[in-house]
Amino acid sequence: MAHGPRTPFANPVVEWIDSRLPVFTFMQKEYGVFPTPKNFNYFWNFGALAMVMLMTMIATGVVLAMHYTANAGMAFNSVERIMRDVNYGWLLRYMHMNGASMFFVAVYIHIFRGLYYGSYKQPRELLWILGIVIFLLMMATAFMGYTLPWSQMSGWGATVITSLFSAVPLVGDSLVAWLWGGFSVDNPTLNRFFALHYLLPFVICAVVFLHVWALHVVGSNNPLGIDVKGPQDTLPFNPYYTVKDTFGLSVFLIVYAFLVFYAPTLLTHQDHFIPFNPMVTPPHIVPEWYFLPFYAILRAVTFDITIPFTHIILVEAKLGGVLAMFGAIVLLAVLPWLDTHPVRSARFRPWFRIALIGLVVALCVLGYVGAKPAEQPWVMVGQAAALYYFAFFLVIVPWLSKKEPVAKLPNSIHEAVLAEKGK
Amino acid sequence: MKIKILLSLCVAAVIGFSGPVHAAGEHIELPKQQWSFDGMTGTFDRGAMQRGFQVYKQVCSACHGLNRLSYRNLAALGYNEAEIKAIAAEATITDGPNDEGEMFERPGRPSDAFKKPFANDNAARYANNGALPPDLSLIVRSRAGGPDYVYALMTGYGDAPADVKMNEGMHYNKYFPGHQIAMAAPLVAGAVTYGDGTDASVEQMAKDVATFLAWASEPVMEIRKQTGIKVMIFLLVFSVLMYATKRKVWKDLH
Amino acid sequence: MTDHTLPPHDAPADAARRDFLYLTTGAVAAVGAGITGWSFIDSMNPAADTLALSTTEVNISGIEPGQAILVQWRGKPVFVRRRTTKEIEEAKAVDVATLRDPQADAVRVKEGKEEWLVLVGICTHLGCVPLGTKSAEPKGDFGGWFCPCHGSHYDTAGRIRKGPAPRNLEVPAYSFVSDTVIKIG
Repeated sequence: MAHGPRTPFANPVVEWIDSRLPVFTFMQKEYGVFPTPKNFNYFWNFGALAMVMLMTMIATGVVLAMHYTANAGMAFNSVERIMRDVNYGWLLRYMHMNGASMFFVAVYIHIFRGLYYGSYKQPRELLWILGIVIFLLMMATAFMGYTLPWSQMSGWGATVITSLFSAVPLVGDSLVAWLWGGFSVDNPTLNRFFALHYLLPFVICAVVFLHVWALHVVGSNNPLGIDVKGPQDTLPFNPYYTVKDTFGLSVFLIVYAFLVFYAPTLLTHQDHFIPFNPMVTPPHIVPEWYFLPFYAILRAVTFDITIPFTHIILVEAKLGGVLAMFGAIVLLAVLPWLDTHPVRSARFRPWFRIALIGLVVALCVLGYVGAKPAEQPWVMVGQAAALYYFAFFLVIVPWLSKKEPVAKLPNSIHEAVLAEKGK
Repeated sequence: MKIKILLSLCVAAVIGFSGPVHAAGEHIELPKQQWSFDGMTGTFDRGAMQRGFQVYKQVCSACHGLNRLSYRNLAALGYNEAEIKAIAAEATITDGPNDEGEMFERPGRPSDAFKKPFANDNAARYANNGALPPDLSLIVRSRAGGPDYVYALMTGYGDAPADVKMNEGMHYNKYFPGHQIAMAAPLVAGAVTYGDGTDASVEQMAKDVATFLAWASEPVMEIRKQTGIKVMIFLLVFSVLMYATKRKVWKDLH
Repeated sequence: MTDHTLPPHDAPADAARRDFLYLTTGAVAAVGAGITGWSFIDSMNPAADTLALSTTEVNISGIEPGQAILVQWRGKPVFVRRRTTKEIEEAKAVDVATLRDPQADAVRVKEGKEEWLVLVGICTHLGCVPLGTKSAEPKGDFGGWFCPCHGSHYDTAGRIRKGPAPRNLEVPAYSFVSDTVIKIG
């Protein structure tokens, strides 16, 4: 990648390697002197934090896989052996369990940052879509990982989620049998989920590499959402943002460590400690918290969609829910084309800001409803929140693109930073 | 400012999700007990654990297994090697096959898992009127309320209210979901005689056995909390140092 | 490499304080990473349940003089051989000074139980299992064991006599629980 003129390194070993494979030049260029807008706030930490969590998940996961047995008869016992007998096994498992939550926390804040400051807009559309691909891969990985302990929640969670595919017209049932490798969630399912759970994180790494590559082609967005005009607007990534990211990481780790050591099962469910019994469904199945908003959207479609004034069913409720859930993520991916307003940052878009706060509230409500049993009034509340979610993307944002006044933006990052300091 | 509001909303949402998730139907409030292992520095009361183990051995183990524990794990209760060997040897373990291809019986060893009361689930059901006594290794972790649930269940037996129609062979328990439990009240005052002279009331035995089972559910709890304190202190110091470093590096710009 | 980004007009005392802070922070980070790394490495050491299975009891009542059995201990093969009087005498007659790994026969067996030889059945060369336990197998030039991988010959006390192996076959820790039962480990 890094062709062109190369500045020699003083250290002969570094220079010997770099003249043959310019990894040091590459690191220097992309992480050393890389020009980064100087007005980042702490929201810009979360990309790096998500990266650290990905590495933590891979490191703990690889070691856990050395002790785990992917067999329906032995999986639960092997996990309990990790908790009881393996040296530091409990620590590695709690780090992995809660690491998934912390990874999603980091990624959700990272996505929110992108939405708030318009990081998805031209010229960063592909960067944004690669991010959504990472998010989808994370969801798949997390879901399959949840199956591995082969508990009641694992087995029944896997049953419910794989059964979503039975909503596909015509081939639904064959598709589900193919996913299961049998006629129910059983040993073949566990084996393939384990294989994929081990594989997908490395696919995520590859897409993260593309994501960062795309970022370094166009450069970072910033809280003002305006383009970098010249060197006075930027700082070299190292040391300024390496220390800022590491400080953010140390605070993030305090939260993570608190979960691991003092509330390791806070974010999971009691039924996760009962071995899977294919004959008995627990009274209340809930996914992990990070899936709850999407789970609530799935459940919000409780009605068949018919041709108006007839009884001809176009889309059954079951398929409608699945489509709504996947549609919710597809809408996120096409947002760059739905929002055509010329201003990026919500700092200069008060109308959009209110709409976006509404979206965050709707997602929180959906998350809350997702954890509740499918009863009134929660079904109605969930439907209202889901309606807002879709309206935000399909109605509000396109409307705001046309109607919201274009505010006067600062001339440059440098000027804005100086003005703020003058205050 | 707006961002701060949003951030706190997100935090509130996460905390909201993590709250107890109740099953559909009636919610039973469990009385909250004081436990020696509560809090950030809590440890298991060794005396209560040993008494609880005695209750398990003399009462519960007739029907309930504890198959994720081995006799060697009893070292955590404060027993020495000789005592553990003696406890293990009280159990008769089926081993084999031997050189003639036959299974044989031998006294238990510390490395053996706790002996199961029944050969398999079907045998357990057959002996218990169709009900399966659950294994207790993870009972505290796998029930909402944890040790409070175990204590409440042990002390929640009583006569059914007049308007409740009891099914054949079921027992009324005000803390069991649905209130009808196949297990008869397992604890009666004086069911065991404690070696340390503690009065074996139902409440005392319930508390002791819940402590023992809480340990059985997560034997690493003490080391987890002790490690946690060191890690938290380390991270706080590191955060302060990182903050100072960050200030120092950025100072030249301000 | 980033010095050019820092202003050149730092007072020396200020610079020293700055360097001290950077070094301290770096050192604390390194200690944290090291301790965390250790928990990953230690998790690959034998677990508590594995360690608990580290002793095995063997009934030796059925072994006739000249016979041997193979038992498993900690996942490894262990030879238990009941030696004939002739084999014991051969083992004792060897001049210890001529051996590659000098050890008298007496230190490789329990006193008063000279007919019993207990050995870890792993060639000290590269870890193969030597032949010679079953009666039909070759016992090598010295009547003990013969390793088929690289041709090491062991004598009737399990000592290396010929071939590439550097040391005698290992004698595991064991004790007689009774006249007919030994406990290995």
